Amino acid sequence: MNVRLYVLQRASAAFMAPLLLIHLGVIFYASSRGLSAADILARTRGSLLWGTFYAAIVVAAATHAAIGVRVIASEWTRWRDDALQALMWACGLLLVALGLTAVAAVVLA
Amino acid sequence: MNGNRGQPQHAPNTSGHRHNTLWLAALLHRLSGLALAAFLPLHFLVFALVLKSEAALDGLLRWTANPAVKLAETGLVFLLTLHLLGGIRILLLENLPWFAGHKRLVAGALLTASMLALVFLVRAA
Amino acid sequence: MGEIAVSLWRGRADGSYQVYRVPQRDNQTVLDVVTWVQRNVDPTLAYRFACRVGMCGSCAMTVNGRPRWTCRTHTAKVVNDGRLEIGPLANLPIIKDLACDLQPFFEKWQKAKAVFAPRLTREDAIERIMPTTAARLAADAAIECINCAVCYAACDTVRWNADYLGPAALNRAWTLVNDVRDTGNRQRLAAVAAAGGCHTCHSHQSCQQHCPTALNPTASIAGLKRHTMQAYLRGELE
Repeated sequence: MNVRLYVLQRASAAFMAPLLLIHLGVIFYASSRGLSAADILARTRGSLLWGTFYAAIVVAAATHAAIGVRVIASEWTRWRDDALQALMWACGLLLVALGLTAVAAVVLA
Repeated sequence: MNGNRGQPQHAPNTSGHRHNTLWLAALLHRLSGLALAAFLPLHFLVFALVLKSEAALDGLLRWTANPAVKLAETGLVFLLTLHLLGGIRILLLENLPWFAGHKRLVAGALLTASMLALVFLVRAA
Repeated sequence: MGEIAVSLWRGRADGSYQVYRVPQRDNQTVLDVVTWVQRNVDPTLAYRFACRVGMCGSCAMTVNGRPRWTCRTHTAKVVNDGRLEIGPLANLPIIKDLACDLQPFFEKWQKAKAVFAPRLTREDAIERIMPTTAARLAADAAIECINCAVCYAACDTVRWNADYLGPAALNRAWTLVNDVRDTGNRQRLAAVAAAGGCHTCHSHQSCQQHCPTALNPTASIAGLKRHTMQAYLRGELE
């Protein structure tokens, strides 16, 4: 962990915090109403707002998690820098790819 | 930890410092983060299922009515809330002048996460 | 008053605990116990002490799993069920028995550039420093460190990350960051912003919990995080 990774990790956390509180609200709303796929999609399809909202969370979460995983691996395994870098990028890119695919799936018609 | 109980010890015992609320808080923060990071790809894949068909997503959403799944979701709500609140405490610690009461904040975070998870479980049941 | 069954670490890293029976006394410290064993049972026991009154930090050892000053630890407070366990400080190479090698600890102090870099010389007038300025208050809150390595031994991040400079070195760096007489901040901030620097700290606060001088390295490190982040965002870090 150095200043660059630290700033990215803390910034992504601070950015995500309010968004995640909203997401928690969405979770509560959807689960207590027992929303079906059609109900969810009726709200998200074509919505620039939901698309931007969740795309932002995906990018921030991927950054935050990738750096976090790197730090944990650097302290709890014996992996060297190059392996840690590879791990971080792999996690980050996987989460971004899967996440944006999911956002596209529920937003794009 | 306390004296030689007849079993050979091959390294000095030096873990007493871990009996510390804030150390435990950091451990919970790390483990909850790891669990959430592991869960996220699954979470994304579920919603990407819509690309296949709405029916596929519906099928999966019906599966989530299963009590075991509801329990797992409750766990996730707990982990997310805990990690989020713990993270906010760290952001405050690192960016504001030093303040006391961290143990109380940790207790508050645990309590809030537990209560929120309980409310989720009860409402979703 | 009875006896204490004291487990003392003997040997190096591949050593083991050995049990000694030591008479328990009123107003007895853990250092008294160690000294009693060395004088009455085994003169080959290696341990360090100097002032024996809680000022120098030389007698720091692991007592029942926690790092502390043995001259300031009363046996009445730590003996459980007639047992006591004493070992060398954690996170440092063991030389012999209860004495560990502090070299890595001092090297990290240097690596953090936690060294005063003066601007004035003896030919200049003495600079007046007001003790009430925010910077001086911040420095004074952390200045009493006597480098006993208890915080270093209590820190799991030190244990898990060989590069981590540790609470004492960073705490010292913080006092200098706040010292208006010092000119070394550019290099110092770069040193603590590198890998193994202040950003490695996870705020466990084990250092603050165990510091015998009641210092708070976690707070000092948080201050370093703020300063290095600002310097980084302004493009001032080397």
